Amino acid sequence: MNLELTDEQTFLRDAARDALSRVKTVPAARDALEDPSVLPDLWPTAREAGWAGLLVSEDNGGAGLSAFEAMLVMAEAGRVLAGIELLGHLPASSLLDTAGDERIGAVAEGELRACFVAAQPPGDLDARWTVEPLSGSVRLSAPVLSESGALSGVVAWVPDAPGADVYVVGATRASDGVAVAVVVNAADVEVEEATRYDATRSLGHMRFDGAASTVLDGVGADELERAWYLAQTLLAAESLGAVETALSVSVEYAKERFTFGRAIGSYQAVKHSLVEVLRLRENTYALMLYAGWAYEDRPDEFALAASAARASGGHALDYASRAMISVHGGIGATWEHDAPLFFRRAQLSRRLLGGLGDATDRVAAELLSAA
Amino acid sequence: MDLNDTPEQVRYRAKVRAWLEDHQDEAPAEQGEDDAHIAARRAWQSKLAAAGLAGVTWPVELGGQGLGPIEHVIVGQEIIRAGVPNILDVIGVGMLGPTIIAHGSDEQKVRYLGPMLHGDEVWCQLFSEPAAGSDLAAVQARAVSRDDGGWRLSGQKVWTTNAHFAAHGLLLARTDADVPKHKGLTMFIVPMDADGITIRGLRQISGEAEFNEVFFDDVALDADAVVGGVGNGWGTALTTLMFERLTIGLGSESLGYKAERYAAAIATDEHARLDPEVRRRLGELSVELLAVKFIGYRMLSALAQGQIPGPEAGLAKVTTVRSAIEAGDLIADVLGPDALDAQSEWAYMISFLPGLKSAGGTEEILRNTIGERVLGLPPEPRLDKGIPFSELRAKERAATT
Repeated sequence: MNLELTDEQTFLRDAARDALSRVKTVPAARDALEDPSVLPDLWPTAREAGWAGLLVSEDNGGAGLSAFEAMLVMAEAGRVLAGIELLGHLPASSLLDTAGDERIGAVAEGELRACFVAAQPPGDLDARWTVEPLSGSVRLSAPVLSESGALSGVVAWVPDAPGADVYVVGATRASDGVAVAVVVNAADVEVEEATRYDATRSLGHMRFDGAASTVLDGVGADELERAWYLAQTLLAAESLGAVETALSVSVEYAKERFTFGRAIGSYQAVKHSLVEVLRLRENTYALMLYAGWAYEDRPDEFALAASAARASGGHALDYASRAMISVHGGIGATWEHDAPLFFRRAQLSRRLLGGLGDATDRVAAELLSAA
Repeated sequence: MDLNDTPEQVRYRAKVRAWLEDHQDEAPAEQGEDDAHIAARRAWQSKLAAAGLAGVTWPVELGGQGLGPIEHVIVGQEIIRAGVPNILDVIGVGMLGPTIIAHGSDEQKVRYLGPMLHGDEVWCQLFSEPAAGSDLAAVQARAVSRDDGGWRLSGQKVWTTNAHFAAHGLLLARTDADVPKHKGLTMFIVPMDADGITIRGLRQISGEAEFNEVFFDDVALDADAVVGGVGNGWGTALTTLMFERLTIGLGSESLGYKAERYAAAIATDEHARLDPEVRRRLGELSVELLAVKFIGYRMLSALAQGQIPGPEAGLAKVTTVRSAIEAGDLIADVLGPDALDAQSEWAYMISFLPGLKSAGGTEEILRNTIGERVLGLPPEPRLDKGIPFSELRAKERAATT
């Protein structure tokens, strides 16, 4: 047993941290709330670093790495609130790789940016493949593929949809209800850029109105399910990075800020709250290890591990961002400070891709069905 | 990142499993309180030790196997798998023996370690007192030196597991009250059948008495009862506490606080398993327990690389206890009062957990320690620093009158 990072993993993480440190992503996250056009385009950084092909096999021009390495990069992005379109691209690239699609070389290189239009797999409470609704708590059925190859349906709040070149959509076949992955070109679909509470998070509402599409060979329900849970782990990792920043900034302030003649970090109320952030951080990292291991070695447990990581990471960031605001006092609730940016990240992220509620329910469902 | 056994570990596991399969018929039941049960558990420990399944990490020359923490955990996992009890004296072999190995004299090692390992002599840990728990260095049990080099011991200890059938105890006592409190302490080996020792069982919420309070009234100790030198008791105690963290961390699987077990209890109820509120609660506590499982693997992996786990290991205990309490609540909500029946497997757990919250360090003191030592936050202002223990006690008395 060895759960330490390998030299290659450490190098990947450090290189990501270094590459992202050259861009002032956190100030940009604030400025973009008023003017989204000031957001830096980090896709060239991702291409240069080789992240676009991280999960693509070496035969298809990628790095042939696994989910855990992708999580390490996502954690670095989360640490500095960098908006890179990897949440959409990585699961899509993995499906295109499995299918041996003709575009995979360009996708691995990042010349074509792919976007996963995710569908949540059926569970014991809902037998359908479902997608995010525009509003409300009732999930929509996944887009439907007609016999002539036309795709119809609406999917809201799709991460990284605006500006992508190619979409990999989780859909069901009209004839028999079987899950299929279909590819739709940007020219054949309407993407409405969605309002963003967290300006660094690119989101789009997609309307497929009999869109021309091609079915990905060799990609069925199992692969689509794996892609859904892969996206869950990426969100978990991105949250972990943000939690780590929130914690270190809060700890530093708690050492410097004095009240009643002592540093506020010496008070148990403050100290215990920051230790709670650490506890949730440790939990999330451990579950990322579980998810990374299950992805490779225990496919039957991947749904459980990924859902647990997602639920843990989302909760950790929610708690950490609120603690960050509290520890900093009034200033923490203003635009003068970075804390609101982490809070905005937490509040929007926890409601994407099924949300924390569905992830938590999926943990229960997996355990109950295995019992 | 690799969670799988290496080829050597595969072979070791197979060897352990084979021995347990051959001998599981000889194993006693896990639970029981009477003398016959204790005798059977001691005999079983002796068999495990003879087979090399106790003291796995102890040095070979002291009767151990000289193996690493991973082999220790493999043995524990295989014992759980075989459905047989582990050794009786986890406190002795896991915590007190290693303390004697680290700080004891050669004579003490030769005299005590063999009988401890084989279950011939069970040990107990005599550290906590009614007024010294989180602030362990405040112990008041007093050992006064005699002219012949021996000592006379008076005072009270509490929460002492196994004291009622232990042969020896490792005891932290104050030997000098006129220096600051961490400096005037000494560790002793105490024979539990000595004149002047009274042991009284303490009944817990469940109604069972798993631990005791122990009274010492002018108990005579020989000069060679001292472990690690006079005045060095605090350093010696820290070694024990480090091994306590390790024992709790590496033994968490054996506590049985597992998400799968709780889910199984709910899965049989067709209504509850579809109830969104039940599922949310089960999901939330399971996320935490699944995390603890992998935190345990991380700790093991770090140990295997030669790193000693830091205070953050205490967070796993906090998480385990909190989540298991949530689980007990949830299961009782689903099953109703039946879950609290004495015959229920849940009643004992529900009664046991509130106390476990304070065991091995209260949640609050763990959060203090981790905040200071891991996050580097400043300590609480202390009123006892550098003050001789006798003056401190006088101040405390003055403040309460």
